[in-house]
Amino acid sequence: MRVTFTANGREVTADEVWEGESLLYVLRERLGLPGSKNACEQGECGSCTVRLDGVPVCSCLVAAGQAQGREVETVEGLARGEGELAPIQQAFVEAGAVQCGFCTPGLLVAADDLLKHNPQPDDADIREALSGNLCRCTGYEKILDAVRLAAARSAAAGTGGAV
Amino acid sequence: MTATRCPEPTPTHAAASSAGIGASTLRPDGILKVTGEFAYSSDLWHEDMLWGHTLRSPHAHAEIRGIDVTEAVRMPGVHAVLTHDDLPAATHYGLEFADQPVLAKDRVRFHGEPVAFVAADHPETARRAAAKIKVAYAPLPPVTDEASATGPDAVLIHPGRHDHRSDAVPHPNIVHHQPVIRGDDGAWAAAKARADVVVAADYEVGMQDQAFLGPESGLAVPAEDGGIDLYIATQWLHVDRQQLAPVLGLPEEKVRLTLSGVGGAFGAREDMSMQAPACLLAMHTGRPVKMVYNRYESFFGHVHRHPAKLHYEHGATKDGEILYVEYRIVLDGGAYASSSASVVGNAASLGAGPYDIPHVRGEALALYTNNPPCGAMRGFGAVQACFAYEAQLDKLAAKLGMDRVELRRRNAVGEGSLMPTGQEIDQPAPVAELLRRVKALPLPPERDGGWGRAAAGEDVDVRSLPGGLSNTSHGEGIRRGVGYAVGIKNVGYSEGFDDYSTAKVRLEAVAGEPVVLVHTAMAEVGQGGVTVHAQIARTELGVDRVTIHPADTQVGSAGSTSACRQTYMTGGAVKHTCELVREELLRRGRERLAHRHPAWLAGVELVLESGKVCTHDGEPIADLVEVLGEEPIEIEAEFHHRPTEPFHPRTGQGAGHVQYSFCAHRAVVEVDTDLGLVKVVELAAAQDVGKALNPLSVVGQIHGGSTQGLGLALMEEIQVSADGALIRNPSFTDYLIPTILDTPPMPVDILELADGNAPYGLRGVGEAPTLSSTPAVMSAIRDATGLALDRVPLRPEHIAGHVSG
Repeated sequence: MRVTFTANGREVTADEVWEGESLLYVLRERLGLPGSKNACEQGECGSCTVRLDGVPVCSCLVAAGQAQGREVETVEGLARGEGELAPIQQAFVEAGAVQCGFCTPGLLVAADDLLKHNPQPDDADIREALSGNLCRCTGYEKILDAVRLAAARSAAAGTGGAV
Repeated sequence: MTATRCPEPTPTHAAASSAGIGASTLRPDGILKVTGEFAYSSDLWHEDMLWGHTLRSPHAHAEIRGIDVTEAVRMPGVHAVLTHDDLPAATHYGLEFADQPVLAKDRVRFHGEPVAFVAADHPETARRAAAKIKVAYAPLPPVTDEASATGPDAVLIHPGRHDHRSDAVPHPNIVHHQPVIRGDDGAWAAAKARADVVVAADYEVGMQDQAFLGPESGLAVPAEDGGIDLYIATQWLHVDRQQLAPVLGLPEEKVRLTLSGVGGAFGAREDMSMQAPACLLAMHTGRPVKMVYNRYESFFGHVHRHPAKLHYEHGATKDGEILYVEYRIVLDGGAYASSSASVVGNAASLGAGPYDIPHVRGEALALYTNNPPCGAMRGFGAVQACFAYEAQLDKLAAKLGMDRVELRRRNAVGEGSLMPTGQEIDQPAPVAELLRRVKALPLPPERDGGWGRAAAGEDVDVRSLPGGLSNTSHGEGIRRGVGYAVGIKNVGYSEGFDDYSTAKVRLEAVAGEPVVLVHTAMAEVGQGGVTVHAQIARTELGVDRVTIHPADTQVGSAGSTSACRQTYMTGGAVKHTCELVREELLRRGRERLAHRHPAWLAGVELVLESGKVCTHDGEPIADLVEVLGEEPIEIEAEFHHRPTEPFHPRTGQGAGHVQYSFCAHRAVVEVDTDLGLVKVVELAAAQDVGKALNPLSVVGQIHGGSTQGLGLALMEEIQVSADGALIRNPSFTDYLIPTILDTPPMPVDILELADGNAPYGLRGVGEAPTLSSTPAVMSAIRDATGLALDRVPLRPEHIAGHVSG
């Protein structure tokens, strides 16, 4: 089948999609967007988190056909432009929140979504919002640092949740 | 190579003066990793590529009576189906023993053993074709424990076994056995007689999984010269190649490996997984083949941490002087040897812990069984023992009526102490100081008035309670506990193995600026080796621009990214090679520019700083680029650590280890004693790292290691059915690893006491925190509940119903 949707603001089409393929597979293997990761493919680890019509979902649990005509935002769409990282991306790099980095794309989408809805989260809020994203390298301490850093910078810049 | 995504050189650019060793320089691959552009081994793509898949045994132990591939081969889209009979050359491989079949022939020995490989044009087609293969199995009773492995009628897992350990083992189903004996028999008897207090118990450690997030994956591309190019996530490129070339029937130089992005490792990538099948399928079809395990298959596709049964007995005087320790550690190695023999060496030699105990009778062994194969995981044989000996120390302190930390401090090793192997610790060993530091940290505050008022109806944020958002408690039955533990881990490969590393360093002028290219085969698995290599090159050569070449087999071996050894060994190789480059540069300077400044010939030390050659007191005497001239300097050199010795087969005596590493933890927990749920409130660590080359990365290692230890204490276990040796929980739904809600704040205190033998005095850091974290958490729960708790992971039923009012 053919599937057409908007990925990071650009209309994309995949042909010869088998009905059993997930949105994650189509993004990674058919559309050249492998940033979303395939760590468990059963909705437990959050590495494949994308926004579907603005709502964070595990793209491994979304059938590709369900994305037809909808808007998908992946980690590749977070940066503001060529060479300019989003504040949450910059904060992850600076805080040491990235080691192997396999969980990073999903965590970035989840953290970005948290800050959009709650620009000044306390630690309990951050932990709750990121509890669907597994990381095996960092013990999460530096991930918390990164989210705190991004939130503090947006407060200082008066940009609210626009991170 | 026309793959659209393959590893590229990583340029780094930072001031040599501020981004050398000791600075928290940011990772050069960080930006690619946050934008999603970093190419992991599962992200690779090649025009015309096929997808590989493995058919695995549903039985732990069975005879194969026949394999019929007819239907699978006929499926549209299927390009190859391979069974044992199709293998072109060597049929077995392995890290230390070549005992593992590439494909099972007439017998399968564990649940998940590969039986056939399939290549097809879509991964689902490959999976469906594999399901069409008919294998006639005749199930056999599985060997599952020490009794069934070494009893009188035990079935041999590897009949006719012939390897470098087979003559010395007490039974063919024992991979390796290592005793450690300190003190003679008379002294031993006297020590036992002198003991005022004796503590003896049996302990058990479950099977932990490394659970890296990036699944086993890679891309094999057949080359025009008849060879193969493999893009792969691994821990050691050269040892993969060494095992792979005979299986493919190719000379090593035609098997070229390049490291792809690696999504974590923790030991699980030491053994090969999809390397051989992808290459075999690519050679068979003449087309590139990609293989990616899903999480289910990953649980069958790599070795795990050895589950263990341990017996310990300690005897001490009434003043708390430990007189003797006796231990027996039985590790289940599963169906194939992997690195079990080395794990045994660690368990035996480190089994007494970081304590100076004059009389030791210890032994460790690994079994062959039909359980899942076990091998390397962070901590490597030292984790199981640390849980047991630290539980013993808690119990001994309780029996003596002594403070737990004071008992440990009193018996702690220090610099100059002898290990039970007779090896002197000839480097700082600040065990007592690490314990003092974690104990001195302020305790996290308790809820005002305790949890009682909350239980009585006061508003409470359940997220801070055991059970969390499951809303299982509002404070009823909650008790706090504090626990301590300390551990000892070796750094580097041991027992006489020369695990050298190699670095190639090129210094050249590009557009009038000095540029360094560092090329090693080090597997960057997330630990940050690429960051540190650039820092070392900046420090040694005084340049700002350093590029890290992709790791591949076109340069000499770097050894494995394991055993906390890469910063020591490949960092050491980069340092050593940079020193040779500097010598050559200064030789050119003396030859060409001696007339310009007397310092060239004065025999004084010259240093490289900020792109200049300077005298020791900082006077610049030439531009580096000018000294270098048109011709680059390129040197490849090896770095070796000091030699070690094998352990004596009967006494375990020998200077077997390169270096020791120490970490101490204090855990604070709150336990719901009614339901047996645990919330770790804080997990503080103190560790001696010798020299922190990159403090941010060092802290990250300690956090990550501590969290994996917490997981072993409270949740992580591969459940294997006792009767059938089948894995029951191969998914992240059923195999739980700590989430951000399970993981507490983790303050880290870093000591830097230099080890004079190591580059920059550094000490490997990655594993020690994984050791002491588990027993510290258990110690805290012991403190809260008063229970013995002799097994990890803890289960709710070990607490619920057992705690007295």
